[in-house]
Amino acid sequence: MTDSSSRYDVIVIGAGHNGLICASYLAKAGRKVLILESLDQAGGCAATREFSAGFSVSACAQWLYQLSPDISSDLHLERHGLAYAARELNTIALAADGRSHLKRNGTQLSGPGLTDDDARNFSNLNSQLLRFVKVLDNAFKQRPPKLVDSDWQDKLSLTKLGLDMKRLGKEDMNELLRVGLINIYDLLNEHLDNELLKGALSLDAVLGTHMGPRSPNTVFTYLYRLLGEHYGYSGPALLSGGMGTLGSALGKAAQSLGVDIRTNSAVTQIDTEGERCCGVTLDSGETLTAPVVASNADPKSTFRKLLGYRKLEAGFARRIELNRAKGNVAKLHLALDDVPAFTGLPDNEHGARLLISPTMKYVERAFNHCKYGEMSTEPVMDISIPSLHDPSLAPDGKHVLSALVSYMPSHLQGGWNDRARAKAEQLALNTLAKYAPDIHDKVLASEFLSPADIEAHFGNYGGHWHHGEISLDQIMMMRPVPGCTQYATPVSGLYLCGAGTHPGGGLLGLPGRNAAQEILRQSK
Amino acid sequence: MTDTAPANPGTAPRVLHTPFHSRTKVANKMERWEVWQGYNTAACYTDVELEYFAIRSNTGVFDLSPMVKYRIQGADAADYVDRLLTRNIRKLGTDRVAYVAICNDAGNVIDDGTLFRFADNEFRLCTQEHVLDWLLWSAEGFDVTVYDETADVAALAVQGPTSCQTLRRMGLDGLQELKPFGMAHYELEGIPLMVSRTGFTGDLGYELWLAPEHAETVWDRVFANTRQRTVRPIGSHALDLARIEAGFIAAGVDFVPAEQIVRNGRGRSPLELGLEWLVDFSKPVFNGRQALLQQRDKGPRYRLAKLSVEGNKPAEHAFIYCRGREVGTVTSAAWCPSAKSNFALASIKTPYGRERDPLKAEIYYMRELHWTRTMAKCEIVNEPVFNPPRRLQTPAPDA
Amino acid sequence: MKKYDAIVIGAGHNGLTNAAYLAKAGLDVLVVEKNPYIGGATVSRELHEGWKYSNCSYVCSLLRPEIARDLELPRHGLQVQPYGGGVTFCRNGDHFLYYEDHERLYREIARHSKRDANAYDRYGADVIKQTRLIRPFLLRTPPDPSSFKPRDLMELRHLAKAFMELGEEGLADTLRFWTMSIGDYLDGYFETDVVKAHLAGSGIIGTALGVYSPGTAYVLLHHYMGDVDGNVGAWGFARGGMGAIANALAASLQSYGGEIRCAAEVTQIMVRNGKTTGVALANGDEVQADIVVSNLDPKRTFLNIMAESDLPADVVRKARNFKIRGSSGKLNIALDGLPTFNGLENVDTSMIGEMHFSDSLAHMERAYDDWKDETWSKEPYLDMLIPTQYDPTMAPPGKHMMTVFVQYAPPTIDGRDWTDEDRDNFGKTVIDTIANYSPNFKELILHAEVRSPRELENEVGLTEGNIFMGELTFDQLLFNRPFPGYAQYRGPVKGMYMCSSGTHPGGGVMAAPGANAAREILRDLKHPNIVPGAYADD
Repeated sequence: MTDSSSRYDVIVIGAGHNGLICASYLAKAGRKVLILESLDQAGGCAATREFSAGFSVSACAQWLYQLSPDISSDLHLERHGLAYAARELNTIALAADGRSHLKRNGTQLSGPGLTDDDARNFSNLNSQLLRFVKVLDNAFKQRPPKLVDSDWQDKLSLTKLGLDMKRLGKEDMNELLRVGLINIYDLLNEHLDNELLKGALSLDAVLGTHMGPRSPNTVFTYLYRLLGEHYGYSGPALLSGGMGTLGSALGKAAQSLGVDIRTNSAVTQIDTEGERCCGVTLDSGETLTAPVVASNADPKSTFRKLLGYRKLEAGFARRIELNRAKGNVAKLHLALDDVPAFTGLPDNEHGARLLISPTMKYVERAFNHCKYGEMSTEPVMDISIPSLHDPSLAPDGKHVLSALVSYMPSHLQGGWNDRARAKAEQLALNTLAKYAPDIHDKVLASEFLSPADIEAHFGNYGGHWHHGEISLDQIMMMRPVPGCTQYATPVSGLYLCGAGTHPGGGLLGLPGRNAAQEILRQSK
Repeated sequence: MTDTAPANPGTAPRVLHTPFHSRTKVANKMERWEVWQGYNTAACYTDVELEYFAIRSNTGVFDLSPMVKYRIQGADAADYVDRLLTRNIRKLGTDRVAYVAICNDAGNVIDDGTLFRFADNEFRLCTQEHVLDWLLWSAEGFDVTVYDETADVAALAVQGPTSCQTLRRMGLDGLQELKPFGMAHYELEGIPLMVSRTGFTGDLGYELWLAPEHAETVWDRVFANTRQRTVRPIGSHALDLARIEAGFIAAGVDFVPAEQIVRNGRGRSPLELGLEWLVDFSKPVFNGRQALLQQRDKGPRYRLAKLSVEGNKPAEHAFIYCRGREVGTVTSAAWCPSAKSNFALASIKTPYGRERDPLKAEIYYMRELHWTRTMAKCEIVNEPVFNPPRRLQTPAPDA
Repeated sequence: MKKYDAIVIGAGHNGLTNAAYLAKAGLDVLVVEKNPYIGGATVSRELHEGWKYSNCSYVCSLLRPEIARDLELPRHGLQVQPYGGGVTFCRNGDHFLYYEDHERLYREIARHSKRDANAYDRYGADVIKQTRLIRPFLLRTPPDPSSFKPRDLMELRHLAKAFMELGEEGLADTLRFWTMSIGDYLDGYFETDVVKAHLAGSGIIGTALGVYSPGTAYVLLHHYMGDVDGNVGAWGFARGGMGAIANALAASLQSYGGEIRCAAEVTQIMVRNGKTTGVALANGDEVQADIVVSNLDPKRTFLNIMAESDLPADVVRKARNFKIRGSSGKLNIALDGLPTFNGLENVDTSMIGEMHFSDSLAHMERAYDDWKDETWSKEPYLDMLIPTQYDPTMAPPGKHMMTVFVQYAPPTIDGRDWTDEDRDNFGKTVIDTIANYSPNFKELILHAEVRSPRELENEVGLTEGNIFMGELTFDQLLFNRPFPGYAQYRGPVKGMYMCSSGTHPGGGVMAAPGANAAREILRDLKHPNIVPGAYADD
């Protein structure tokens, strides 16, 4: 079955959020776009999953904290069903002693162990870092400039970046040049004393990466996370119906703009004709043609699996092969008979974002294991009980708990199998039980998704949040690799639009929008 | 990080010996050895001039075993070499050999070499340099195995106007029918022998490929009954002279292998080495294609010119000038005894090096500790200065 | 009391270099040194009768040849001899031998992996590319990127030009190299654990980072950017130990009329009306000078011997935040004879300069995990050499001296200071590690000096025992070294300068900071420059 008359200007591979956003912006500009999705619904990692009869959770990402507000309003997502179950939630760093938990409400900190100095220093640090984030955000909203083979637009972006830096003033600029390269451990130690606070903040810097608090360049990842605060999120949000609501709202937004979405249509191959990309082949054997294909798959899957290295020159293929994407975040889903009692935590605080990362040392130790392909014996956890805000997720009176569990390496020694999964789940539950001792009694059903499971389901290589490590050697004009840093690839007509491209993942949406702009620019 | 016993413990050998060593050691009367890819090889067995003239008027025998050899096989082998090399390999028949260039993504030559096709999906790639790292990176995404078989194959070049006769007398019947760049398979006293009509001398010549354990027997057979006809082992110096006379380029001499380059701009593309005929842009993808396309459109930065140099002083390492401007340097040069020509290969910045450019080579030479500098006129020649008809004739002529 | 033109605090190699140039330019210079001997960490000491220990720094490569020649160090007795090769022992009984000879090295790597043997050429070329970029900047003062002064703008342009010449991909590769971990970098070339481990050592020596910490590829570059006789990346021994370098520098200084006063610890840099006036010594003496140059690291300089009230607040804060991490220890061992090593019975060990005992990156990374947990590595990374195989002056005939650099040793143990018992146990760990591969090693030991970060700090004045006087991470390099705004050797007080390894281009026995600081001082004095620039790397 061959569709010879090309009905589409652009085919987008993968209805993840960046694919949907890319398609929507293309459609807004008048392009006829088709999205092909292997799963049965749009949204990719923005998905809700019924893991046990009547119990649903956000399958992958669980908090919304940095979706670009520009994109949200450009695409009228609220009109398309994006509804919040809760916003501006508190974050609570759970103390190991079960007493001195620390609460963060926006930029306000409170808790028994907190000194005025720490509260003030945190607030100062946060405002300084937000000034830095503003500079980054400007750089993130457009394609990364080339430095040597730069065109007028690259030169303009570079000049703007330079001016933004200068505008920070001498002290701030010097400080940005310094801290942009150091680790979160040192930065937090320079400013703060409270171990629990530092532990919690360091988690924000390293969650979703293959780095620990002492790894240089984790201040950059922390700034990346702070984008959300820069966008006005003064706390994480939960969506009604789970993260799938975002996926479906993005899907509806795209469709309302005329984008066709075909689910259950896995692309098995990106087709080329001569040196050009000409379309895709589906698992059904059907081929679809279009002059432009944008892949929302991660770079490694795009080039290795879908296109095939043989259609690329070997040096470029080598760069892709060496691109690092080691995911370390697993998901624990629990169906609960009742809300577990976290020691020392008031009942009305159980709906907050709960963190198990008592000290930076604890986080660092958890990280150590993954370097050797081992699972953390005492993992860090980012916990949500969304049913407290959204009863639709569980049967009456019952609850669900969803937790990000790290570090559980995608490249586990011996590989992920049922035994490894059971062991990891046990480690996570035991860790949880230290803070909520009754948890074992409340569990009705459970599910543990390793990064390998996440990769198997969603297709992101290594189960990596960002489709590729957000490290200094893989950002900006090095993201994902030299040779395809501006969304176009060496194969003409083939573009990347996923989290593996500048600026990166995390339900930000910028890669998709930037890619659309680049496609439009080049196909004028 | 294993606690198991090492696969190959101990220390690496200080120097390697080729499978012909027991014979070359005896033949090497001058004991002038040099190291080639780790192997002790003869620089000169007796006398460079005698050896050179053995190539040009009789038969010269060169121990080719250290030549780096890779075996490439697997379901995707043909696709693999097609993507690896700039040439169109689909046109290469079984039992045929092709001269090839390997480029990196920047379009710079990593190495040149010869590709032997044994079957649809089985090849041998002979190169001047080790290139396994690049071959294996290039193999990502292909169903192909690539391994270094240098030590598993002994090779002997038999070159010169009487080379066909020499080999036929040895028992290789019908060899005169073998076409240039063809391969033939023989069995000599039960020894499987592959013969290719290839060489590095620009003359009639063959290369014998065999298992190392038969090396000594085959060497002895080549040199048996040679009283009437001269068959001489030749060293690398004589071969290099023949190579320059034939206008062939050598890695590390006429170009720097791309993967070893440190300084920007020192790489050379096939277009800059006179090898554009090896590049088939009609292939949709091969390593270096995009950069070479750009270079073709913009024009290459250099051209490798063949120069006939005034006078008889070899222009080794000479600067080349055009109307007083320095435009390039000589990469290889020699007085060519057969062509009676003072020949040089020079890398010249474009646009210079056009046919009518008045080029001059700045040559220094020393006589009795006295240095003299001359500016020798150079004429660009399009054909090699030595290219005898026998090189390409089939059946191969008798002398 | 006599007033000098300039006082240099600390007779380490950078202090001596700085003073030598100032004296050569005609200034009346005094170097004051806390210890009763000169050299700082560039020292040879007789701690066991008949043996000379290079008991801190132990090998030489980074010493700028331009300076050595300019200050006539060879005439003043310095002889540097390159050493070839090295070995890494594997736990399975095998080993990896590193040869200087390219062909032999190829064969040895090929014994482990032919692919790696070939990839080594690409690796070598790629690393040399990086050294060629950085080497011309070693004898230049870094520009201030936030300044609009013509000199800074010119220098920035110069810097930018060098980067732009790399081309788009070359520039990206350079930025990647400067930010990557050495482990990830090597993973892009090699498949064999021991080959990677052998090469990775240069990425962590002296650094409180692991082989998988971003930024360690640059640290490797720092160890590759020196040369011996033009062979970039080569290392050598100073005949008579590293003290020979300090002695030659001192002789050079004295030949220009400079003075050195030992056992004279500075307690205070004196400041009046925003200008330095001299230094106060521990014995109560005060020595006057308009120029005071500190060869102490930035923390000791600004937090110990200057009054907070004399300094701008940002300098105090930046000095506090300056990262100097103790990560190494040192053993110096007098041996009754040359030890034998498993598997090397038939190998001439004088072909082998350095010996290592960590056979995989994971092995080295776990050693770092111990450091993060505030304990010394249970299976440490060792850089061990026996200089007496080359140098007859450091031990009696037939006897030998062994120097063992140890990574990792934390500045404190579980939050408390090192005790003598800790130190001895640390030494035992190291000796046991070597003895695993050398059957007769223990019985040959006549004397061993064990130096934890505590000893290195107390005796030499290296904060936390950090050999580079500040981490070589990108946030503390070039115009960020020691801190942004103060990278041009001038202190925050008029007349006060810095010349230690804590300034650009950083640590190691390089002498470049001392020379660069002298250039800036002479500039301020409107004296013609006499400090040489770098040789062209063509």
